[in-house]
Amino acid sequence: MCLALPARVVALDRDAELATVEMDGVKKEVSLALIDDVAVGDYLLIHVGYALQRLSEQEAMRTLALFDELEASRTMDTDSA
Amino acid sequence: MKYVDEFRSGERAVRLAAAIHREADAGRTYRLMEFCGGHTHAIFRFGLQDLVPVNVEFVHGPGCPVCVLPMGRIDNAIDLARNHDVILCTYGDLMRVPGSHRMSLLKAKAAGADIRMVYSTRDALAIARAHRRRQVVFFAIGFETTAPPTAVAIRQARAEGLSNFSVFCNHVLTPPALAYILRENARASRPAGIDGVLGPSHVSTIIGSGAYEPCAEAFSMPVVIAGFEPLDVMQSALMLIRQINAGRHAVENEYTRVVTREGNRKAQALMAEVFETRPAFEWRGLGKLPDSALAIAGSYADVDAERRFALPATAGSEVKGCLCPSILRGEDKPADCRLFGTVCTPENPMGACMVSSEGACAAYWSYGRFRQPATAA
Repeated sequence: MCLALPARVVALDRDAELATVEMDGVKKEVSLALIDDVAVGDYLLIHVGYALQRLSEQEAMRTLALFDELEASRTMDTDSA
Repeated sequence: MKYVDEFRSGERAVRLAAAIHREADAGRTYRLMEFCGGHTHAIFRFGLQDLVPVNVEFVHGPGCPVCVLPMGRIDNAIDLARNHDVILCTYGDLMRVPGSHRMSLLKAKAAGADIRMVYSTRDALAIARAHRRRQVVFFAIGFETTAPPTAVAIRQARAEGLSNFSVFCNHVLTPPALAYILRENARASRPAGIDGVLGPSHVSTIIGSGAYEPCAEAFSMPVVIAGFEPLDVMQSALMLIRQINAGRHAVENEYTRVVTREGNRKAQALMAEVFETRPAFEWRGLGKLPDSALAIAGSYADVDAERRFALPATAGSEVKGCLCPSILRGEDKPADCRLFGTVCTPENPMGACMVSSEGACAAYWSYGRFRQPATAA
């Protein structure tokens, strides 16, 4: 029930607080009643027809970088072994 | 960046698994409770239990709103649909949940009740607009993730003067349930305790990771807010293992791409306007928990289906032998239940944990039943 999926904003209707979002080619209209300052191109977290949050690309990159650092530390372990 | 594929990379999973094997101390066990059913499903669907050492165990929590809803509330909804001539709108998850006497909304619908499955509260409002002369009730359920969309609909109905629309509110709150689980966990009599908690993903986008700080502090419990993708779960498990090894108990946030410490203030303000906290609410398996659920606030009393239709408080009659309650407390696993996979299957569920796509029994059935020695024999 708490499942929510990231989708990209392709069009906005600011007066109606609605956005058209796209995910894997599927387009859907969602409500923006719960978030402010959305722009076309943003990725939003969609749940039961509402956008809950905007995704931060910077933070996503940082998390992925954490996974990749593990590799670096493992390589160092091997080197020192 | 698509925010999905990147967090399902097999290559990265191998690295994370290696790090967990390296850092987990073979001389002890790590029992990590994933609060949410979404995590339980990620663990099973992607086979994460097999990627971590045997001494790292995932314990399934109560984070499945459909599973913890007491049967009496399902009975109330069935009664509404059958005896009050309403159009009952509900999320699909609830359709097959058994009420008393093996009744369900799906069976009531088959018998002629006007029950409609909706994807969104926006669809329920559209039905109310299209049927002004009928009473339209939205059966609201879910944690803090799903409560703000209900709040928006209630405000919208008032703004439009949709007087035929009302809401049967069953929204529940996660921090009180986590506090209950950890309080029980702290009792010395418990055989195997929980060493760390994978905290809610999307609930936390609304209430913020800060909402779990009192729990972590009060019970000296490491908590890591974890995303629902498989790599999120593995990274969060690693972060928990590091906290446990270091003897720390902080709330850490792995899911920083959507979760902040303060959460979604706009959604919180809407919830505060439309809802009030119930003094106590019954959770299946956990009992009556104080301040653990939302009711519609007095200022919106006219939209409250419980008042409009004078719904009675009823206790459902649970199916004998169904272990849902102890599975929800993390004390039993689905394979411990005599009904699991025999008389209870997703096609013919006896308990809610088998119905919901987030239920632990449904996860075991879909992905894990062949790896359970008990059921393989």
